[in-house]
Amino acid sequence: MTWPDEGGKPCQGPCQKRVRVVTGRISIVIGMTNSAIAVSGLRKAYKDKVVLDGIDFEVRAGTVFSLLGPNGAGKTTTVNVLTTLLSADAGTVRVAGHDVASNAKAVRAAIGVTGQFAAVDELLTGQENLQLMVDLNRAVAGDGKRIVADLLERFELTAAAGKPASTYSGGMRRKLDLAMTLVGNPQIIFLDEPTTGLDPRSRRTMWSIIRGLVADGVTVFLTTQYLEEADQLADRIAVLDKGRLVAQGTADELKRQIPGTHIRLRFTTAAELDAAARVLTDATRDDEALALRVPGDGGTKSLRALLDRLDEYSLSAEECSVHTPDLDDVFLALTGHTTEVEAK
Amino acid sequence: MSKSHSLVMLRRNFKHIARNPTSVFNAVLMPIIIMLMFVYMFGDAFSVGVDYIDYATPGLILLAVCYGLGATATAVNSDMTKGIINRFKVMDVSRGAVLTGHVIASVLTNVIAIAALIGVAFLLGFSPAASLPHWLGVVGMIVLLGFAAGWLTVALGLSAKSPETAGLAAVPLVMLPFFSSAIVPAEKMGPGLRQFAEYQPFTPIIETMRGLLNGAPDTTDAIVAVAWCVVIALVGYLWARSTFKKRA
Repeated sequence: MTWPDEGGKPCQGPCQKRVRVVTGRISIVIGMTNSAIAVSGLRKAYKDKVVLDGIDFEVRAGTVFSLLGPNGAGKTTTVNVLTTLLSADAGTVRVAGHDVASNAKAVRAAIGVTGQFAAVDELLTGQENLQLMVDLNRAVAGDGKRIVADLLERFELTAAAGKPASTYSGGMRRKLDLAMTLVGNPQIIFLDEPTTGLDPRSRRTMWSIIRGLVADGVTVFLTTQYLEEADQLADRIAVLDKGRLVAQGTADELKRQIPGTHIRLRFTTAAELDAAARVLTDATRDDEALALRVPGDGGTKSLRALLDRLDEYSLSAEECSVHTPDLDDVFLALTGHTTEVEAK
Repeated sequence: MSKSHSLVMLRRNFKHIARNPTSVFNAVLMPIIIMLMFVYMFGDAFSVGVDYIDYATPGLILLAVCYGLGATATAVNSDMTKGIINRFKVMDVSRGAVLTGHVIASVLTNVIAIAALIGVAFLLGFSPAASLPHWLGVVGMIVLLGFAAGWLTVALGLSAKSPETAGLAAVPLVMLPFFSSAIVPAEKMGPGLRQFAEYQPFTPIIETMRGLLNGAPDTTDAIVAVAWCVVIALVGYLWARSTFKKRA
């Protein structure tokens, strides 16, 4: 069952949950308060190249939603449409309860955006960058200097506040970028690949900052190329491939769809492989590599059980390694091709 | 609200100019170096009928406007490609505030560069016959030209793929004065080039300034010069506006 929306277009997916109450000429959509972002039938093409081919999803207020996909999947285009920078060819997009096409101003007042490249002014100092945001933000009330000082403190940039942003490291730039986005306390924050190009330590810092935002009640829309990042942060994940959503769900739901963590055992002779395969009946054989793939969660307990079992039958493997699924596995499982092909 | 936004943006543009020595070098020192080069090195080789410094100064004023443009194109483009303009757009900062900030900063850089250039010209023996109204005319012409070229450059900067190509896109504007009556009179050039020099927009603009500085402005030149500036400004403004709106 589908409800027609204001534009008369059929509304799919998330809209089905809503109840429409019509009182005279005023129609109220109940359930809107709960959904920070609602996208239905979104399409976008550049000339004849289709970038987004009809995508639907809903983000509940106060949660983290992650759009996962390789380069060129359409992640940034989605962010640009949702943040009023690009207009869609078809479909409806509501952000913070407002239509992005007809009420862009109201949407802009409710959101903060951190783009794919740290959009900081390199010739200005960290402090001046934040002050610029305060000066330009209509929503800022009260002591601007105080807001700047608090943000510098919160992002551990106080010591570097007087230095030009061009001297900042990649991680510091991202932090400054995010701090600038937070001026004016937006209720919904868009982060387009916030950790791409960061070293592991800065990535972890960024993750803990994002978790802090969510704890404050902010809704986060995050795009990423890394399954681990989506896994760490997101309440719901949507996998985008060639402009279509190929899967949607919680991290656990997605992982159930992909080849799970497994232990790989390599043997020296075919005879050993045969013997091990007879013992480990749930394993998959790879005769060419003389290897066995044993499903397991990668924890010490299951690993010990597996090794004990080999010992029991006096078997030994030449090599033992634990494999966890990565984005490539997700893509292979969901789309039948790897991310490499996509990334060109 | 928008008025204060414009002020904030303008203040940002000024900080940029003050902190970017390359842009200051190109905009302010380069025209002076070229002036010294032409007047000292080549000046005696050109016979233009009058003292060469008096002939060349109006042309070098125009050159000074053009030399400032590369920095403007690069600055606008890096705002675009680094996502700063997107950030402003999402914050509802008006197109007017963002782009006008760049144009005004560009015009003011021009004015500063030209003031320095005219100062050096006086040291080199520049002796114009202009009265105060003529000087006001010169200033008006400079501001109008700076404004027109500024809008065109902002449009070029917005459309270019990278800051490097944006800087390159401004090169024709820097070269164009050499193919006008800036350095030598158009009638001394070879066929083809001569016609080009006579009809390109910079020649009437230079001739207008030359007339004003000599105390004998030519009305036809002035009308053509103003018309060119208005057309260039309008094209630049409309192009910049549509690119700003479309590009994300």
